[in-house]
Amino acid sequence: MNSKNDITEMHLDVLKEIGNIGAAHAATSLSQLLGQKIDMRVPNVELVTFDEMFDLAGGTEKVVAGIFLRIEGDLTGTMFFVLTIKSATQFIRKLTGDATFTFTDVDDLGMGASALQELGNILSGSYLSALSDFTSLNIYPTVPSLSIDMVGAIVSFGLIEVSQYSDEVIVIETEILQEGEQGVSSLAGHFFLLPDPPSYRTIFSSLGVL
Amino acid sequence: MAGVQTVVRVGIADMNIAKSPHTIRTSGLGSCVGVVLYDSSKKIAGMVHVMLPDSELGKSTKLNVAKFADTGIHAMLELLKSEGVRPFSIKAKIAGGAQMFQFGSNDTIRIGPRNVEAVKKELKRYSIPIVAEDTGGSSGRTIEFDPATSILFVRTVNAGTQEI
Repeated sequence: MNSKNDITEMHLDVLKEIGNIGAAHAATSLSQLLGQKIDMRVPNVELVTFDEMFDLAGGTEKVVAGIFLRIEGDLTGTMFFVLTIKSATQFIRKLTGDATFTFTDVDDLGMGASALQELGNILSGSYLSALSDFTSLNIYPTVPSLSIDMVGAIVSFGLIEVSQYSDEVIVIETEILQEGEQGVSSLAGHFFLLPDPPSYRTIFSSLGVL
Repeated sequence: MAGVQTVVRVGIADMNIAKSPHTIRTSGLGSCVGVVLYDSSKKIAGMVHVMLPDSELGKSTKLNVAKFADTGIHAMLELLKSEGVRPFSIKAKIAGGAQMFQFGSNDTIRIGPRNVEAVKKELKRYSIPIVAEDTGGSSGRTIEFDPATSILFVRTVNAGTQEI
């Protein structure tokens, strides 16, 4: 089940449901962590080219805060959060209590890096435990790693596994929205789950839709 | 459209060629390597955005030659030859191959350095000299090559734009 022809609309719907359950849990955890309302949009599940994947994350040259981790266990894949610099700054300020934090020196983020990694831990942990409950598969995340750089440079790293199989990737993409001061939501970033192609079969058979 | 200068864009795992006065560009190189093969007298350049070191890694029946160092460089040399470029006049400039994330143990983490090694091995095989390189490190790069001057512009988020 590695090629485009094997993946049907029904498969994409199943992945969307998985994304939905994971995102709802992750939104709750993140809201609690930050003490602020965080929403996740209903996920978008698509088969896209690598260049389209960069566009989803804001465009190849856009500078973002990327938190990357691998998924291991019964299914393998890549997960990352791509946050706008503005939202990442706000989140770090909330988590560390340092209201002066900025990304001016990206080689020395100090507590900022730890805060974002912790955010990655909590988001991925809640997302994956929901996914694990739903599929009865053993899934666990690696320690998250952080990079402040261009979307293309960050996201392409997450495509390395998939690229050995295909020039397209199934992406489960969720928009992260934060509520601002006047109750107006703004886009804080994106959350991507990219199962490795050999895991497609594992996911679908665990849910009886192979 | 004579005299109008355009920028030829190269996507990921993609390749293309440009002739003066046009320039050629690829953006957001992380662990990938941008390979520029050029002929300074003919003012023509080809660029390959290499994603993986070796086509042996390909597990798909449909091979995208531009994705791999070995097949990408070979295909670009053929393309340049078909444009009338003589093989011994071809030189190379390369950039990219960063290690974007600093943890982990599997081979994927070191994909940047492995891509650089593979590109150099292929260029050596065809006796193509590397005139300049900006590789490794942990920063993403956007590169643009001007066939008229043979200058490669390398932009990073932290260090701005440099010429190599």
